[in-house]
Parts: sequence; C-alpha cells; structure tokens
Amino acid sequence: MKDLNEVSTKKLYEIANEIRKIALKMIYTAGAGHPGGSLSIAEIIAVLYFREMRIDPKNPKWEERDRLVLSKGHAAPALYAALAMRGFFEEKYLMTFDSIDSILQGHPDMTKTPGVDMSTGSLGQGLSAGIGMALGAKLLNKDFKTYVILGDGECEEGQVWEAAMSASKYKLDNLIAIIDYNNVQLVGNILDVMPLEPFSQKWESFGWNSIIIDGHDVESIIHALELAKKSCGKPTVIIARTIKGKGVSFMEGKYQWHSKAPNSEEFELAMSELESFK
Amino acid sequence: MEKISLRDVLAKKLVELGGKNEQVVVLDADLATSTKVDEFAKAFPERFFEVGIAEQNMVGMAAGLATLGFIPFTSSFACFTAKRALDQIRITVAQPKLNVKLLGAYTGLFTGKTGKTHQSVQDIAIMRTMPNMRVVAPGDAIEMSSVLEAVIEYVGPVYIRIPRDPISVFLPKDYKFQWGKPITIKEGRDLTLISTGEFTEKAIEVAAELEKEFVHAKVIHLPSLKPIDEDAIAQIALESSCIITIENHNILGGLGGAIAEIVSERSPTLIKRIGIKDVFGESASNEDLLNKYGLSTESIKKTCLDLLNKIKR
Repeated sequence: MKDLNEVSTKKLYEIANEIRKIALKMIYTAGAGHPGGSLSIAEIIAVLYFREMRIDPKNPKWEERDRLVLSKGHAAPALYAALAMRGFFEEKYLMTFDSIDSILQGHPDMTKTPGVDMSTGSLGQGLSAGIGMALGAKLLNKDFKTYVILGDGECEEGQVWEAAMSASKYKLDNLIAIIDYNNVQLVGNILDVMPLEPFSQKWESFGWNSIIIDGHDVESIIHALELAKKSCGKPTVIIARTIKGKGVSFMEGKYQWHSKAPNSEEFELAMSELESFK
Repeated sequence: MEKISLRDVLAKKLVELGGKNEQVVVLDADLATSTKVDEFAKAFPERFFEVGIAEQNMVGMAAGLATLGFIPFTSSFACFTAKRALDQIRITVAQPKLNVKLLGAYTGLFTGKTGKTHQSVQDIAIMRTMPNMRVVAPGDAIEMSSVLEAVIEYVGPVYIRIPRDPISVFLPKDYKFQWGKPITIKEGRDLTLISTGEFTEKAIEVAAELEKEFVHAKVIHLPSLKPIDEDAIAQIALESSCIITIENHNILGGLGGAIAEIVSERSPTLIKRIGIKDVFGESASNEDLLNKYGLSTESIKKTCLDLLNKIKR
C-alpha cells in the first residue's frame, strides 16, 4: 500500500477539485443528486481518503482498516469519486450513479459499493453506527479509527444527541466526527430552520473535544485530525465551517442547490469554473 | 402443565450462548431487569452495554458492532423495538442484512397493566414486511431455548417476540425449532386452528374445550412468521374444512394476514382471523383484556362453533 502521508497540500486541493468535477458530472449525468452538500465536503474527503485513512483499496474489507460512515448519505457522489480515484472500483462505474443495477446508489449501500462501511441515507443514524464500530474496536483491541461525516442540518435529529452521550460514556477516543457545517439545509438556512448554536459548546457539554476549523482549508483539516487522533478518553468532533456548493459560484450558499441536478448550460458553466481552478 | 417464563429462558440461554461464543454482545435500553438480560450483564459485564432510554442509538450501535463480526442482541419492549427504532432497523440493520438480533419483549396485550403505550399489536405486521428480516414468536420454554440457538446459527437480522408472562410447556424436550415449519400439536379433522407465540397455549385450551362438544380441531403452531413454509401451509389448507388463526396481535398483517395471503393464492379455504380487531388496547389484567377483546377461551370456542355451523348450513 502506498504511503500517502506525504501527499502535498497542493495535490490535496487538486484532488478536492477533481472530486467536485466528478461528483457534479455524476449528478448531471444521472439528472439527480445532491450537489450542494457533495461539493462542501470535497476537501474533507480528499484529506481522509488521500492522506489520513488506513485503507487498502484492493482489500476493502481489510479488518484493520479505518472506517468511514457518511452519515450525510446524500453527499455520496463525493465519496464515490474518492473511492474510484483510490481504486476501490473502476472509474467506469462512476457514471452509472443512480441508474438501474448500479453499484453506486443515490445513498450509500454497503452491500453494493466496495469501500462503503455503512448504509446510510436516512439522516441522523450514522454516528450511532460509528459508535458501534469504535466500541467494537476497543473490545477487539484493534487500533483503527472510525470517522463519521455528519451534516449540520442532520444534527437536528435527536438520535445524534443520543449517540453523542453514549460516545463519551464509552470514552471513544478512537471516534472522530466531522460536521460539514455549511449553514444550509434542504428548505433554507440552518439559522432560519433550526439554529444549532452554540454548537461547539453543545458537543463539549456532551463530553466531546470540539475543534472548529475552516473545512475548505486542507492544512486545518490535517491539523484537526492530528489533534483528534491524540485524544485520550474522549471522542472528538471537528466542526468544519464550509460553503454549500463550494467551487461553483452560482451554487454557493444556495439551498436551492441542495438536491437539484444542473441542466446542460449550468453544468458547462460549473465545469468551466472548476476547470479554471489553480 | 408446568408454566415457565420465556424471559427466564432468555436470561439463562443468553448466558449459555455468551459463554460458548465471545462474539455475542447485548445492548439494553433501560429494560434489562424486565427483559432479564441483566443475567447476561452479570455474567459478561464487558460485553453488555447499557445505552439508556435511546432505542434508536442502540440499534445503530448494534449495527456498527455487527459489521465487526459481533452478534449483538438489543433489549427493549416489542412496542419500542418495532416502532421507536423502526427506521434505524430499516436503514442500518435490515437493508445491509447485518447480524443483529432484535428482542421484542412484552407482546400483544399482555404487558402487566401498562396499557396502550406498551402493548404491541403491530410488531409482527411491521417486521414481516421488512425485507431481509426473519420474525419468530416462540410458543413455550422449550421452543424459546431452541429458537435462540437457531437465531445465533443464522447470520442475519432476526426479530424475536418474547411474551411477558409464564406459559405452559407443550412441546417435547427433544423439540428442535426449524425456520418456516408449522408444527402439528394436535390432530383433528373438523377444523384447523393455527396460532403463534404465547397464543398456542390458548389454541390448545380451545381445542380441548371443543372436544367436549365432540368437535375435533387440529392445532398447528407456527412460531416462524418469516420465513413461512408456504407448501406446508397450502397442504394444511387443502386438508382443512376451514382455518381459524389465533394471535395476540392485530388481525391485520400478522399471523392471520400471513396465512390468508398464502392460502388465498395456493388453496383457497375459509379463514377466520381471531386477534385484536384493529383497535388500541387499554390497561387491565390479562383476564379482563381477554374477555373484553373477544380472546377468552370461551369466546374463541364460540367463534369456532359458529363458523362450523355456518359452513354446515
């Protein structure tokens, strides 16, 4: 397995941009999907899959692998892009996204996609599954980490807080939650729908370490993950401030792009913006 | 006949199975002393997780543990397992076919006077329509023990219905539970009673009462509500003048619904479904509930005789 620890930050930004392009192309081709939340997690996914995670694309069920639960399952295109780029499956499958018999479902399906560790899609459920994995790792004396990526809107679900309580009860310092805090959910802005603040304090009061970062800054993500991995006796949440639809000017910060596929003109425009990334 | 609590059997058997298999873990949502999985907690504290009153999180945690090869049992009441945590069961257990064993205790109307909130008269219908899920309702202590062995042996999600109150033992000591199979408890050619779970005890009582009227009822016990051996049910229907299903559950979608689905497609026979008639229950003693909801032995016997008279006319 290639050691990816030395991947440069420049390269990680390029990878994030490539993830955006692939995700958008998948959504455009399928005529369905969730561009806003896929684009906002591109750097997070890039750092995890191309630097941090201990994984073996040739052996997706490797018992010692780090686990990742994409609790905000609607951002699947970003995950699939990274999995294909890492070689979990051939890139030719990417454009079958959302079509009949595809291994790439609209929301992650662990029974169909190599590299997907948990089926998700109904929001609020991934953290609990991640806790089960982290708890199991402790029972088995295994040193793998479990990463869970949550959406901000998803934290309106009560189960997230049931899970938050239990992760600190079981002192799961091998569990790292990353929240894509892009401020926008399906019907509008988080602030109007259901304010989350004081968000960091909420997690801290539930017994977690909390780190607030710029979720599009690769070095900040790397640094936060390093801190999280050093935690002793406590789970860590990384609250990643992001922009919904990041990288495509007309999608940025717009709830209207939560779950809408671009038409051909919009797609061309979006791709030209992403192509001009330096 | 000796009456034994299936919860006591669960307590003992889980400890036995946990001793043989280190993969067995138990998660509980603040009901361990009711479901009796506290015995497992005492025997294997490192493999017991008290998650508090949070069924949804419990099911998700169980799913995560199952991905690592553990065999998690979740402990709660049937009403909460099948409904409070339903979406979690659907998304993280059933669809990915993870090896989680869902215990649903305190079934039907018999919940110790706790009433409509705690009675579980929809769980069979709900769980039966969940792809990948197996559903089982053991009828006595011997079966409970055998079911748990089969549940551990089978890799995949199972919902297990566990009644609250002690039940008469009617199966032989050497009985072995088999998925899908109906069991003939008593032969009889006049009509066929099919029952499941704790109500097979009642079906046997009804059949004994019918004998006093010189009516010979066949009694079939069907613990496995999914899968069901459809050929066996079709054959039973072929040999029956009429079928009466008896269950501690809503007449919609449960045992009666399942039998009607199979029989109507395979060998149409008159079926009368006896159970809770699509209403919510209330808090009362078991005896008062049985009387009010038409489920007493006397009431079921009368329904059987009325049906026979109707056929003869």
